[in-house]
Amino acid sequence: MNLPPYASELQLCLCHTCGYACPVDAHRCPRCDSMIHRRKPDSISRTWAFLVASLIFYIPANLLPVMFTDILGHGSENTIMSGVLEFWEAGSWDIALVIFIASVVVPCMKFSLLALLLITCQRRSRWAMRERSRLFRFVELVGYWSMLDVLVVALVAALVQFRALSTIEPRLGILFFGLVVVLTMFAAMSFDPRLIWDAEVDDVR
Amino acid sequence: MAVHSDLIICEHCDSLYQRLPLKRGDVARCVRCGAVLERGQRFNLEQLLALTIAAGILFIFANVFPVIHISMQGLSNEATLWQSVDALAQGRITLIALVAGLAIIFAPMLQIALLSWVLAYAYAGRIAPGFKLCMRSLEQLRPWSMLEVCLLGILVSIIKLAGMVKVVPGVGLWAIAMLTVLIILIAGKGIQRLWDELGVPVE
Ligand SMILES: [Zn+2]
Ligand SMILES: [Zn+2]
Repeated sequence: MNLPPYASELQLCLCHTCGYACPVDAHRCPRCDSMIHRRKPDSISRTWAFLVASLIFYIPANLLPVMFTDILGHGSENTIMSGVLEFWEAGSWDIALVIFIASVVVPCMKFSLLALLLITCQRRSRWAMRERSRLFRFVELVGYWSMLDVLVVALVAALVQFRALSTIEPRLGILFFGLVVVLTMFAAMSFDPRLIWDAEVDDVR
Repeated sequence: MAVHSDLIICEHCDSLYQRLPLKRGDVARCVRCGAVLERGQRFNLEQLLALTIAAGILFIFANVFPVIHISMQGLSNEATLWQSVDALAQGRITLIALVAGLAIIFAPMLQIALLSWVLAYAYAGRIAPGFKLCMRSLEQLRPWSMLEVCLLGILVSIIKLAGMVKVVPGVGLWAIAMLTVLIILIAGKGIQRLWDELGVPVE
């Protein structure tokens, strides 16, 4: 198959804001004034930093309660997993599954896929480049759905406010959970997918 | 040498292409990595502006009317988007209320406002004052606008509460559902076409 040239080979560089093909020696895009970089600056170390931070926050996010439910004076605290199990035992396996996917499967997948991409890029691996490109786009696409749990807790806590009968309040765990989502989003944004293909080109850094 | 705006660079693998004219519904993909390079334009500027104004009206509905009503033993309650965000603003966890507020209220609101501004001028064939800043902000806001997640969150909350109280979806829910579709149509990457269509000068 006849592949197109790399922009860097023709001394061109993409502006992410307006899509203009800028000359590589420019610091700012001649059309929109945005800063341009051949590759996102310090992409690999920044992505690792956000990834490790989000992994650390993921521990309290799972151990601490995210919600406090008080029904007729009987208070109980729920973590994310105990919430999922409660739905499962009550027979609503579909909702249990949606919450499980959004708050456990998606973050864990994001951690492992980003780590895989980072390690293979650091080794300048030429293995499955097309597929790894696709994996990154997948990570970008699904990442923010983990925000689901935060929004559900917000809605439920706003609604169930019957002083004497029943109240629901958010708890500290939801803060850590939300921060995990934000940090993994930053991690995905600081990763530069062009690094995957740089294994083919020698002079780019 | 071709004019620079006739060139497309794939943001995922840095491949360089000559731009080809696309028809409505066409998608140009990168042969090296498979990413979408460009989509054929679905709407003209007039239609985009109309959709943005519609989004503005729906946004007001989505925020003024409650999204869910519940009732329990003669007591009833309802919540709007703002009240939900406010419910998170408690002591140590207030930070997360800011993130939620950005995701479901401020980011969509700014997207609609900025789009109305640049599109209203673009419709008259002019470049809006502050065009560059507006377009840059639109690029940065996109990942933080999460109305589709909010929509799923409302549905999950309805089912979650249905076991314990009587739940009725509110007007706000329908407005959010329609607004979500509109934001996907108007605020995507396709808006970058304005740079070419308005012929923003290159220094
Ligand atoms: Zn630019
Ligand atoms: Zn590509």
